[in-house]
Amino acid sequence: MPSTMLRRALVRSLRRPPWSPGTWRDVRFIAAGIPSAVPVWLVVTDSGLLFPLLAAVLLCTSPLTALQRGRLRALYGVEIPPPRPPARRRAWLLGMTWRQLLHHLLAGPLLALGAAALLYAWGAALVLTTLYGWIWLMPPGTALRSDLAGLDVGLTAVGVLLLVALPWATTTAAQLEVWTARQLLGPDRAEALERRVEEITESRAGLVDAVDAERRRIERDLHDGAQQRLTSLAMNLGLARRTLKDVPPEVMQVIVEAHEEAQAAIDELRDLVRGLHPAVLEDRGLDAALSGVAARAPLPVRLDVDLSEPIAPTVEAVAYFTVSEALTNVAKHARADRVDLSVRTAGGRLRLVISDDGVGGADASRGTGLTGLRKRAASVDGTLSVLSPLGGPTTITVELPCAL
Amino acid sequence: MRAVIAEDSVLLRVGLVKVLEAVGFEVVAAVGDAVELLAAVEEHRPKVVVADVRMPPGFHDEGVKAAMVIRRQWPETAVLLLSQFVEERYAADLLATNTSGVGYLLKQRVANVDDFVDALQRVAEGGTALDPEVVAQLLVRRHRDPLEKLTPRERDVLGLMAEGRSNAAIAASLVVSDSAVAKHINSIFTKLDLPQAEDSHRRVMAVLRFLEVG
Repeated sequence: MPSTMLRRALVRSLRRPPWSPGTWRDVRFIAAGIPSAVPVWLVVTDSGLLFPLLAAVLLCTSPLTALQRGRLRALYGVEIPPPRPPARRRAWLLGMTWRQLLHHLLAGPLLALGAAALLYAWGAALVLTTLYGWIWLMPPGTALRSDLAGLDVGLTAVGVLLLVALPWATTTAAQLEVWTARQLLGPDRAEALERRVEEITESRAGLVDAVDAERRRIERDLHDGAQQRLTSLAMNLGLARRTLKDVPPEVMQVIVEAHEEAQAAIDELRDLVRGLHPAVLEDRGLDAALSGVAARAPLPVRLDVDLSEPIAPTVEAVAYFTVSEALTNVAKHARADRVDLSVRTAGGRLRLVISDDGVGGADASRGTGLTGLRKRAASVDGTLSVLSPLGGPTTITVELPCAL
Repeated sequence: MRAVIAEDSVLLRVGLVKVLEAVGFEVVAAVGDAVELLAAVEEHRPKVVVADVRMPPGFHDEGVKAAMVIRRQWPETAVLLLSQFVEERYAADLLATNTSGVGYLLKQRVANVDDFVDALQRVAEGGTALDPEVVAQLLVRRHRDPLEKLTPRERDVLGLMAEGRSNAAIAASLVVSDSAVAKHINSIFTKLDLPQAEDSHRRVMAVLRFLEVG
């Protein structure tokens, strides 16, 4: 075990030799932290400076924090998010500032002390490894040449060891500084979480929109491409069927079959394209688009729509696909004779109620249909509830926010 | 009969010209967008226009808007709209300007050349032709009015009337006798409380009530 640790340490050191740019960046970085801590260490030599120093640090908390963030960014490439100006003054005094003060008065000076020790060690290592050179430079017979006799080999070895170990120690010190700065100078945990949630919400909305845009693009491509081509094919076959009179019956039979196949293909493709993103949803909104879904359902649907509040296009799309999928589910599983579909807005919420007179027993925790609907609703912070006792009837209620 | 075609897909435009010419129409212009369509109608004053709904530049409902302009400015020109998808909202817009001499069908109906030519002729002569799918969409939304009193069969008959079909065509489509259709239609007139009038006028009234645009 110790041997592997040793080997790993050695490998790490060799991977980053003393002359590598990374090592020198780290050295520069920790060295630059030393000057700002000097005033604090002056207090140790003269306690009379304590109160002026405290006053100065309190007054200059923000500039000092900015200075440290600048050092991290410029010399180490690490961006510490700026602490947000707090809404209340009290929170500002209690929350943000004391963490920053802790950094400027305690953590920073301690790290600077460590940095100073490391710089000293670097100096010592450079001198010790070049010891023979220095001795050689001395005129013969001087005290240094004779006093070091016997010790010089050992001192040179210490220097070499230091040169091997120091890059690793410097990197560790630099990382410790970054960690400390993140903890004390950046936003606190609650604020960081809040920011993260904001980011995630934003990126999720972006994702939903991107999916929507992609569907629209595919719809457009199919509409302009395959659909037109198939329609043209069916048109030509229809024309052939009508105008070719003197062909053998078996040839006519082939034409008739091809004609019917082409029409069946058009129907299938139309259903598929319709399910992607109906153009009418964009042109005339949810209310208009629902007529088509309801009319194409394989069982009678009564549609009741009252949309008095504006709805975000993304939410309209989610509502449209929810209704479309729910109707497909009913047709597949519920053995229902009819469906009542109510789509209304109230108090900034869009409420979809889909009720059928089928056999019931739908379970939202099982089966992919309802799970898919629930996920779809959740993508815009909506909810789905299912009431479906065995024997029916089933009512699915989906609530979505009108605006995102 | 002189016709103008507006369709942005070259493939379908050529196909439509072929179909129309095969059944005896004279295609005086075939254009690719709504602006050219209006110019062509102004120039040629055709008997009928066959136009796509989704055309450049916006690829939304340019055809519907052009049709409304045509029916207002040149009432003697009938318009048959074709589309890959039919929407009751577009049908309502179209019928709001004028309920005669307009049609709205799925593009794929052109493939059944005989039916398509029937519909086109009907529209050209001032009748209407609505796609069964549009009618189904309209039915879904009409359920708190006198139409609720109709039996399913009567609703079917009314739907076919709205598509623009004659009694004989309705009878053939439902596989019943002409007299049965006449009976249904009379019952519809009674239930919808339409005043005594000339039969074709009551017919139009019934359809208008059905479409709720009258």
